[in-house]
Amino acid sequence: MATLKVNGKTVSVDADENTPLLWVLREDLGLTGAKYGCGIAQCGTCTIHIDGQPVRSCTYPVGALSGEEEITTIEGLSEDGSHPVQQAWVELDIPQCGYCQPGMIMAVAGMLNNTPDPTDEDIDAQVTNICRCGTLARVRKGIHLAKTKKA
Amino acid sequence: MADTIKLSRRNFIVGTGAAGLTIGILASCSNNSEDAPDADQAANAEPNPEVNAWVHIAPDDTVTIRIARSEMGQGTLTGLAQLVADELDCDWEKVTTEYPTPGENLARDRVWRDFSTGGSHGIRSSVDYVREGGAVARAMLIQAAANQWDVPVGECTVEKGVITHGASGKTLRYGEMAEAASALPPPTGVKVKDPSEWKIIGKPVKRLDTPDKVTGAQKYGADLQMDGMVNAAIKQAPKRGGTLASFDADAVSSMPGVRKVVKVDETAVAVIADKWWQAKTALDALPVEWADGEGADYSSAAFEAELENGLTADDASVGNMSGDIEAAFANAAQTIEATYRVPHQNHACMEPMNATAIWTEDKCEVWCPTQNGEAALGAASEAAGLPIEQCDVYKLLLGGGFGRRGMSDYVSQVVKIAKQMPGTPVKLLWTREEDMQHGFYHPTTRARCEGALDEEGNLTALKIRIAGQSILAGLMPQALQDGMDPFTFQGLLPSGTDERVEDQTLKYTFPALKVDHAMRNPPVRPGFWRGVNANQNAVYLECFMDELAHAAGKDPLEFRLAYMGDNPKLAAVLKAAAEKSGWGNEDGKSRGLCAFYSFGSYTAACAEVTVDDAGQLKIHRIVAATDPGYAVNPQQVDAQVAGSFVYGLSAALFEEITFENGEVQEKNFDTYNSMRLRDMPEVETIVMPSGGFWGGVGEPTIAVATPAVLNAIHAATGKRIRNLPIKDQSLRDA
Repeated sequence: MATLKVNGKTVSVDADENTPLLWVLREDLGLTGAKYGCGIAQCGTCTIHIDGQPVRSCTYPVGALSGEEEITTIEGLSEDGSHPVQQAWVELDIPQCGYCQPGMIMAVAGMLNNTPDPTDEDIDAQVTNICRCGTLARVRKGIHLAKTKKA
Repeated sequence: MADTIKLSRRNFIVGTGAAGLTIGILASCSNNSEDAPDADQAANAEPNPEVNAWVHIAPDDTVTIRIARSEMGQGTLTGLAQLVADELDCDWEKVTTEYPTPGENLARDRVWRDFSTGGSHGIRSSVDYVREGGAVARAMLIQAAANQWDVPVGECTVEKGVITHGASGKTLRYGEMAEAASALPPPTGVKVKDPSEWKIIGKPVKRLDTPDKVTGAQKYGADLQMDGMVNAAIKQAPKRGGTLASFDADAVSSMPGVRKVVKVDETAVAVIADKWWQAKTALDALPVEWADGEGADYSSAAFEAELENGLTADDASVGNMSGDIEAAFANAAQTIEATYRVPHQNHACMEPMNATAIWTEDKCEVWCPTQNGEAALGAASEAAGLPIEQCDVYKLLLGGGFGRRGMSDYVSQVVKIAKQMPGTPVKLLWTREEDMQHGFYHPTTRARCEGALDEEGNLTALKIRIAGQSILAGLMPQALQDGMDPFTFQGLLPSGTDERVEDQTLKYTFPALKVDHAMRNPPVRPGFWRGVNANQNAVYLECFMDELAHAAGKDPLEFRLAYMGDNPKLAAVLKAAAEKSGWGNEDGKSRGLCAFYSFGSYTAACAEVTVDDAGQLKIHRIVAATDPGYAVNPQQVDAQVAGSFVYGLSAALFEEITFENGEVQEKNFDTYNSMRLRDMPEVETIVMPSGGFWGGVGEPTIAVATPAVLNAIHAATGKRIRNLPIKDQSLRDA
């Protein structure tokens, strides 16, 4: 039994300590916003925040958490979809199939926590998620738009 | 258990066990998701009055437009809703959508017609009947109002869902008239609007499905949770042609959460557990023996010899031939030749294959992302061993399709598994490794191109010999014509010979031409992969046109235009892309062109690249022009065109599936890479619909992505890259 703080709430889960955090979120907590895409931390569609830092949850064992960390998923990024990145994503109509977008948005929001005014080089280095449909051109525009917005 | 799942025809609610949450899942998208009806109400309420099959209108004026085609990111859901809504003259802000089920379609004599969503047909093949559906519903609503007022229909007008009687100024809302309208006989001979009258079609409206896609609220097949649901992980024979010999269920049956270990069919085994991660963990630990079959020794490297043989073999089918080829080559001042190669590629949809099913002795229901709802229903019925009337499929939005989800292998599998746990909802989710190893791969082909030039550098004859795999031979051999796969020649076919492939014809006119195909099929199942055969045919044609232009000492733009005289629309997109890119500019960037016609649309691209001294490629910008005839939603056409460079150039740069001893070697994104932001050029799109025809949008631009970049690499380095992917090639000679 592990205790976690997820989206501001303390929850208990009954999962083997080797279970990746992604599957605890999805299967034990019903938070299916973070997606499974590769299971080897390559594609980024499982990205969530731990203490504000973007983390690929598909390879992060739940047993590595102390229970004190603040875990944030896409469901907890904002109460009403009003996080600056979400606003920008709606304004530019970025998602296509949308499956990668929760991870993409969390990766971008995490980057902005660390680098509020990223250059294109910062973006290239810090947002390495895969999108197969092909939203990448709008994603870059969305990042530059998001950094001008307030929550 | 199953009876706690409340099902209406298209909406269902499900409870998550562990967290005790109740999540409403509506396979619908609304302009105002906060106004979406509460799931419980939706499940229990009477359906809104159905004006006709395409249109339901609720008393509060919410217009529900029924969409038969699948949304997989390409924007078809919104585009089709625009088409109906415009003819209906309803308030776009009150539009919502829903999927009818394939079972309903069959029960209603296929009133919604074709559910299959591929070949960039989603909109272009539906435009007439969905617009007519909207127009007929409009006529019925106005008639109902005219009847109520006892005035002639001709005295009534409608705007944004409000019907007005001109003389009296009286008004009625669609929501008030829907029930009366639904009782009227549908009129015949209703005309759709002239394009000049469009108010919603042709406008850059926002997608209906965006709000839920930025909050995590959108539920995909992989996200489904139902009370009592169990989860299955599957392992399929890793070698081509392999079968399941044996497995030791006892070795894992006591692992956490494991319910059952089952043989799925002759080729696969699955573990069923309470949670998917438990199922997957147990499956990894399961001892399994496989038996070899035909294909167990297949290797990509060895197959290259067969492709090579096909480049000169006599057993070829002719796809397009005109003029006196032999005389042209005999009299040529110069002949040149080049050979190209395109490997197998996997779709690699971001959402791995999945489906959920409940099977009982008299009913089988499946929830799944599919590009072909009716084929999925057929597969479910067959696997269930039940008549099709006792089965149905509930479609979910796809986490990527690209042609992969036109196949129903995962639907059959989930039903075969669910059949072994009657009454229990079973969700099957593939691992990424299964997805990479068990795709329906883009076929591998090579081509040998030969050109004859006269003294003035004019092209007098062109020969393209394609050698390699046929998709139709692998998937639907009954569609072969005297052993020939006409679709192999996509984009290279003659005009005016077969209207079924008129949208895939060559738009150059050459003095003499021969395109033929020597079929060489490896034991690898092929598939329709976004853009399909246009992708490699554009490489063969348009890279070779570039080579010919250089051999002729001519400008590649002018050289191409010289043979487009009969096809000004292709010339127009090429010129537009070249001009906006600054073709001929000396600004340190090297440019490459490509123009191609496929899926009924004219596309062109100009790529701007640099290659440093170490051979490192940087694609700075792509200018892409497309003429799809009509652009239902220009901002979504832009999204598809820009996105095509992600999908197309990911393949060009990185993607190759290889086999050794019958087994796929690239099992995940670490060895089968896809473009990231750092690789992505700026894309400037020129959407230039010229009217008068309906072309596809989701696929045609893929074809121009790779040739434009390869031609730009040559402009930068003087080196021709004729073998893909680019990552394995040295861009500068050592």
